[in-house]
Amino acid sequence: MSVKHLKTLGWYLFLTGIGYVFLFPLLFMLVSSLKPEQAIFADLYSIRAILPVGELSLDNYRQVFEKSNVSLYFWNSLFITVGTVIMGLFVNSLLAFTLSRMSWRGQKLVLAVVIALMIIPLEAIVVPLLLLASKLPSIGWEGGMLVLKSSWLNTLHVQMLPFVANSFFIFLFYQFFRDIPKDFDEAAELDGATPFQIYRHIIVPMSGPVFATVAILHFLLMWNQYIWPIMAVQGEDARPLMPGIQIFFGRQSSWGEIMAYASLVTLPVLAVFLMFQKKFVTSLAGAGIKG
Amino acid sequence: MEPKSVTRLQPDIQEQKPRRRYVFLMSTPALLGLFMFLVIPFFMAVGMSFTDQRLLSPNETSWVGLRNYDRLLNVSGMVQEPVRDEAGQLVLDGDGQVEYPRLRTLLRSDPAMADYKLFSSWDLGEKRYIVLAKDPHFIQSFINTLLFVLLVVPLQCGLALALALLINRQLRGIFLYRTVFFSPVVTSIVVVSIVWSFLYHKDLGLFNHYLQAMSFGLIGPIDWLGDPAWSMPSIVIMSAWQAAGVQMLIFLAGLQGISPDLYEAADLDGAGPWSKFWHITLPGLRNTVVFVVISTTIQAFGLFTQVDVMTQGGPQGSTSTVMYHAVTKGFREQDIAYGSAISVIFFLVILGIALFQKRLFDSKGDK
Amino acid sequence: MQIVTPTLLSVVLMTTLSTSAVHASAEPALVKLWRHETSNIAEIEVNKAAVERFNQSQQRWKIEVEMIPEGSYTETVSAAALAGDLPCVLDMDQPVVPNFAWSGYLRPLKGLVSQEVLDSLIDSAKGTYKDDVYSIGQFEVALALFSRQSILKEHGIRIGTIEQPWTKEELLRALATLKASGKYAYPLEMRTGWKGEWYSYGYAPMLQSFGADQIDRSTYRTAEGLLNGKQAVAWGEFFQSLFAEGYVDRNPSDDKAFSQQRAALDYVGSWEMANHVTSFGDDLVVMPVPDFGSGPVVGGGSWHWGITQGCANPEGAAAFLDYILQPNEIAAMSEATGMIPSTPAAAELTEHYRTGGDWRFFYDYSAAYARLRPATPAYPIISSTFETMARNIKDGADVQDSLDQAVDTIERNISDNKGYGFN
Repeated sequence: MSVKHLKTLGWYLFLTGIGYVFLFPLLFMLVSSLKPEQAIFADLYSIRAILPVGELSLDNYRQVFEKSNVSLYFWNSLFITVGTVIMGLFVNSLLAFTLSRMSWRGQKLVLAVVIALMIIPLEAIVVPLLLLASKLPSIGWEGGMLVLKSSWLNTLHVQMLPFVANSFFIFLFYQFFRDIPKDFDEAAELDGATPFQIYRHIIVPMSGPVFATVAILHFLLMWNQYIWPIMAVQGEDARPLMPGIQIFFGRQSSWGEIMAYASLVTLPVLAVFLMFQKKFVTSLAGAGIKG
Repeated sequence: MEPKSVTRLQPDIQEQKPRRRYVFLMSTPALLGLFMFLVIPFFMAVGMSFTDQRLLSPNETSWVGLRNYDRLLNVSGMVQEPVRDEAGQLVLDGDGQVEYPRLRTLLRSDPAMADYKLFSSWDLGEKRYIVLAKDPHFIQSFINTLLFVLLVVPLQCGLALALALLINRQLRGIFLYRTVFFSPVVTSIVVVSIVWSFLYHKDLGLFNHYLQAMSFGLIGPIDWLGDPAWSMPSIVIMSAWQAAGVQMLIFLAGLQGISPDLYEAADLDGAGPWSKFWHITLPGLRNTVVFVVISTTIQAFGLFTQVDVMTQGGPQGSTSTVMYHAVTKGFREQDIAYGSAISVIFFLVILGIALFQKRLFDSKGDK
Repeated sequence: MQIVTPTLLSVVLMTTLSTSAVHASAEPALVKLWRHETSNIAEIEVNKAAVERFNQSQQRWKIEVEMIPEGSYTETVSAAALAGDLPCVLDMDQPVVPNFAWSGYLRPLKGLVSQEVLDSLIDSAKGTYKDDVYSIGQFEVALALFSRQSILKEHGIRIGTIEQPWTKEELLRALATLKASGKYAYPLEMRTGWKGEWYSYGYAPMLQSFGADQIDRSTYRTAEGLLNGKQAVAWGEFFQSLFAEGYVDRNPSDDKAFSQQRAALDYVGSWEMANHVTSFGDDLVVMPVPDFGSGPVVGGGSWHWGITQGCANPEGAAAFLDYILQPNEIAAMSEATGMIPSTPAAAELTEHYRTGGDWRFFYDYSAAYARLRPATPAYPIISSTFETMARNIKDGADVQDSLDQAVDTIERNISDNKGYGFN
């Protein structure tokens, strides 16, 4: 074997070692979720801790479904996330379109404000947002009747609407749209196309990458929401997954069950990630380099 | 839609009106969202921070001026002389230690000082130096947050850069490693915190086991989350591990934007790897580094989830953060005016740091 | 917003139309109920079954149950009250009742619930504020020290009795012996991993048995000298030593040390009785909590039911409370969970708590040693401050400083709230 081959092999070994550091907590979680409590502890200090060996079963998962309303939380999370992402893609790209491809009075000011708002982190406003949400009236569904509720708390939409418009995503759209050559829409405009038609038929089809980027970032943001739902949502009806697993964990359930719950929460996102991993990776990298 | 070109319409005055309507229709939803859920709450926070508004109380809300800010930020100091008997000799306590007058009695007896509490004290020579604060817990939370930021930003960014350099090479299957390094990012931080609570456990945790095995029993066991000295570093390590993947990708994109010609030229000059890193890679990544450092810093300041899941601010307040204090006071203890004041301070600090970092990097970049 | 609202609205409207077309008439009125999501599955099951039975038993009302996590229950209720979103019927931990009553969430029960039911209850099954009853409970719990006969016998440790409970010294001697045996890394399980009200419920009675208290009960405005006085410091030092000496696990990875035989003693509420009997049968020993100087103390008052101000159907809510406070319902709860029934009549219906039953002593013991938690609207802050303080002491903080801090936090909160109505 030549020196070059040895060097390559060395690189692979080194990378694999580091890869293990990044992977083993996940492997441990997935593997432990299949084992009975005693086996988790018995296998702890050997390589068996991350290998699916021994007596494996889905018992822990069954227990989780029995003890916690996981499927409800899952659908809540999915609804909140997908709903917000779809609304967000639409709303944010529309504003970015007017900022980047139309000219109107006050445009510069609005752009400056949007960029300035990027600095306000969610954390800085959750406390007052709670008071605001408690005072906004809404319509609810109770026992087959439409009822007027005096607040937004404990609803699905309180977890969605505040997070639809996002200045960072508007900015990402703005940057992308700005760099598309103007010739296309000028031609269309001369042909009598309305601004919305230009948006719909020229800009959107050319902006696949930025839509993918924003969709992915927004998805991760919404799926992993924690601080807001623990404040704004107390009842079970509208509870998403993250508070759900935290409550399960806080009850000191058995570790096998906790790992099963953790796996349940992680696997869907992991699956989506593995399916679209190339897109994922280029999107995120692109978002960073431009911002 | 197929643009059918028949007549050329001149963009004239008549067209301006419908166009304005389109601008209005297309921009309003997002602007309304930002206004309702970002701008209004922000100004509500500012307004409320001057009141004694509670989340729910039968008592009336009233203006209290700067009281909340005074409580949060007021820090004072004093120096105590030891107790001496009539002859001027030092009075020693049971353990042979110099005795000082009880601070609490002193503070409570003076109405001007009654709001102050002990934050920290040192005995130096024959004097005791005391730092007082009106909300020592907030000061501690603030220092903890700064500590977290100072530890996690270099660690996470450094780790991300190292990983990016590692996988920025032509090896077959390298994308597999990229996927692996990135996988913690798609695992929610709540899940990561729960799984790591187990790995960090003093007696059962795998980390202590590995540590002891690798050091032949010399190191450990460390009470990662239970020892006030280790709890924050533990959260730092976990947070950096979880999030570094994002910055790794950003660095990777930055690296791939550096022209290979530069490296080839350096090779011809006989430059070593270090020299290439310092003179080509780092300058080439300048914008990327600015972005990564600022965004990581802002994110780090908002530390809440890990603390809420793993330690609830403990042990002994060693992992309480600004946001954790804000949620505890503003939501759990219902003092929403106080929580708002913390939010305002939090925002000002973020703003200050972002501007400071931007300026720092800008001036460094000027040649 | 503009885009969202119409879609939401139309979806909602469409569903309304279709549903209301099906159920056109004579729906029972809906009465919403919240209960805390305890880890005690049996309690939830029995409660659900009782709701089922009630719903079947009549046509006017339909109870709908929603579960709320226990760890943040009080905050949750407050937040919901803020939202005007409280259900009709609420279960709540008895010590927060004065706060909820002060805040105006609750209705006095007199005149709603039948007088007969109110009269039948033992005192700690009623939550009062300023002389009005606002809450009533199906069961009572008591703290106890569980162990196993085989273990105590093996190590020559005396079984504590109601007549002669362990003293502090006896407890420490037992712990030293057990620890020295090498069989138990941490001989005493105290559920230190539990969050929320457990700290105040479980450990404040120790503090009281040392002769201290959480607040001055004559004024409810100050805690100085009580929560940070000499006796409180003695408690703090004792409490800290339990962890420093390795008698209790500071950060347990679970709460099963006793049931999995990793611990020899279990300091916990009587709600674990049923589980422990299943695990150990006749080998189980139940001892009273130790006497730390001022007599043994156990916390009185468990989870209670109340009716909210905003409830649209208070008669329905009251009918439900009347229903579940019948002796047979109380007895069913007790049989399934092992909890102490809240009326003498119900106690007689149970296997364990009837006169001569094998757990009857709990009933008498709770009557003798129970001390209610401070009946002030300030209780939530007292409890959360106590928890933070006890955790800090557990983790090695200076005892006097921690107690002083707790006093300051409580007193500042009381003055910020203009005395909570006590002047």
